Amino acid sequence: MEFLLTLSGATLRISTPILLAALGETLIERAGILNLGIEGTMLLAAFSGFVTAQLTGSLWLGLAAAVLTGVLLSLLMGLLSITLGLNQHVSGLGITLLAGGLALFAFRLLYGGASTPPSLDHSFQRWSLFEDTPLEPLFGQYGLTYLALLLVPLLGGLLLNTSFGLRLRAVGENPEAADIAGVSVYRVRYQALALGGALMGLAGAYLSLAQLGAFSHGIVSGRGWVAIAIVIFGNWRPSRVLFGALLFGFLQALQLRLQAEGVALPYELLLALPYLVTILVLAVVGRSASYPAALLKPYRREGET
Amino acid sequence: MLNLRLERAPAPWWLRASIPLLAVVVTFALVSVLILAAGANPIEVFFEMLVKPLSKRTARLEVLVQATPLVLAGVAVAFAFVSGYYNIGAEGQLYAGALAAAFIGPQLAGVPAPVSIVLMIVLGFLAGALWALPPALLKVRLKVDEVVTTLLLNSVMLFLISALLNGPWRDPISGWPRSPTIAASAQFPQLIARSRVHLGLVLAILAVVGLWWIVRRTRFGLELRAAGLGRQAARFMGVPVERTVLSAALVSGGIAGLAGVSEVAGIHGYLIEGISPGYGYTGIIVATFGGLHALGVGLAGLFLALVDTGALSTSRALGVPAYLGDVVQATLLLVTLAALLLARYRLRWGGG
Repeated sequence: MEFLLTLSGATLRISTPILLAALGETLIERAGILNLGIEGTMLLAAFSGFVTAQLTGSLWLGLAAAVLTGVLLSLLMGLLSITLGLNQHVSGLGITLLAGGLALFAFRLLYGGASTPPSLDHSFQRWSLFEDTPLEPLFGQYGLTYLALLLVPLLGGLLLNTSFGLRLRAVGENPEAADIAGVSVYRVRYQALALGGALMGLAGAYLSLAQLGAFSHGIVSGRGWVAIAIVIFGNWRPSRVLFGALLFGFLQALQLRLQAEGVALPYELLLALPYLVTILVLAVVGRSASYPAALLKPYRREGET
Repeated sequence: MLNLRLERAPAPWWLRASIPLLAVVVTFALVSVLILAAGANPIEVFFEMLVKPLSKRTARLEVLVQATPLVLAGVAVAFAFVSGYYNIGAEGQLYAGALAAAFIGPQLAGVPAPVSIVLMIVLGFLAGALWALPPALLKVRLKVDEVVTTLLLNSVMLFLISALLNGPWRDPISGWPRSPTIAASAQFPQLIARSRVHLGLVLAILAVVGLWWIVRRTRFGLELRAAGLGRQAARFMGVPVERTVLSAALVSGGIAGLAGVSEVAGIHGYLIEGISPGYGYTGIIVATFGGLHALGVGLAGLFLALVDTGALSTSRALGVPAYLGDVVQATLLLVTLAALLLARYRLRWGGG
């Protein structure tokens, strides 16, 4: 029983950054934009959050800096993909390369070739909801984990039940019709990007300010790509994205646990599973209707240059 | 009143030809801000980065060594992009080629060198193509977008390599995660004395020539370009779009695989995890900056190799982190993308 609770607790901790980033990507993709900048955005946000927290001594300012980084990089993505109407894949990848380069450049500049990664004196601590009870291993989580879980129904509701959600889905499904109905396609797409970018920023901040309390080159190591996979696996719905993120977190937690127990297992294959499952899901459903119909298509009014 | 209009029409040739130059100038202007923030003099840094390496023999040759995987990856990406197939998986396909080379290489002891080398190249190409096959099939059969599938397979390949290097291939004596060394006969010969320039450079040049010849001089190339311009229109013209895109994807993966073979057989002699610091992704920059044209891709590969080599020497000479090279390359990609828009417009004076 304790084993299960500990495993579940670890699952939640590992799932959190993936969940935050995947929720952000879900919003953006539902508005019709594939943001491959996610991986680099998380890295630069993790870095800017870390540096700000270290310089100011305030974790909250660090968190704010990470969110701001996410929003700014998303707006850059907007400039490229919405305003200029450039190819989304290449723009997004360019942002990942740029943000990654910037983070590592600044990291090297500020911390030199330090052999041990610099860490924070104080990082976010876990909140124990059920202190000194058997449930503690499961409910001793970071605040951002609770926030991420709370965001799942909130964003689900936002998408389905609010006029903003309706507009967001409209510009992702049929921007021409949305435009005729008086929705500003550009503005809604920018809003979705900014909101999604903020969540990616939180995902980065979670890594450097909470889970690790430190920064290193490999701090994101493909979590952004996992998030991309999970959005598809989750069928662009927050509740199923949560399921995907938890499944990923569970596999990872299990693998860590088995490794710690000395079980000989090619754990890399377990790590590759989420990617393979996503590709399999794509193969099974094909380009089904649940893809936001206008994904990857820059919007231009008829006759507009 | 000033009557200046923007019109959608192909820009004059001189403007299109000057786009790369414009992109470079804008990129370095933007990056200057970062260099100033790092407390260095941008002019000094650019001189150290872009001019100094060209003045020394060793550095010039090192640019060619660095350009080898970049040009191969760039040609691989360009081949796919021309047909409108967005292969983001060159990194994984490169590692697939490297994997094949590391697998077959040690078993070739005693086999004559020409045979060994041809085998390495052929198997590396096939491995890259094989890794490119599932996303390509999903694309043409089920219309599954290739961007995400090719991207995800990069991670899968890296896990596979990691599993092999930390499992069956782990060096039994040192415990290092590196594959057994390939046979001497399988190693790419050195081309220029007192340098690391190896046979891979010839492969890269052949790939550039091949890209030019196929895209510009063959019926298949015409079909590639037609498919890239518009699937529907190409279909009406009688182009077998599915077959064309599938072939483009496989050739693209194969060439990326060659980049992996070339790094294993020409540089390291074995496979390690960091054999490519993202050449597959840089290949996307090379292809875009090179305008998807063969000659352009070749020149772009050389230029990015110069940036890489120069960034390293700049970090030693001036203490500016070598990651500056990555920032320059990524900025160049984004600026080029934006600058390419200029090629679609013409500025017109007067009314009408």
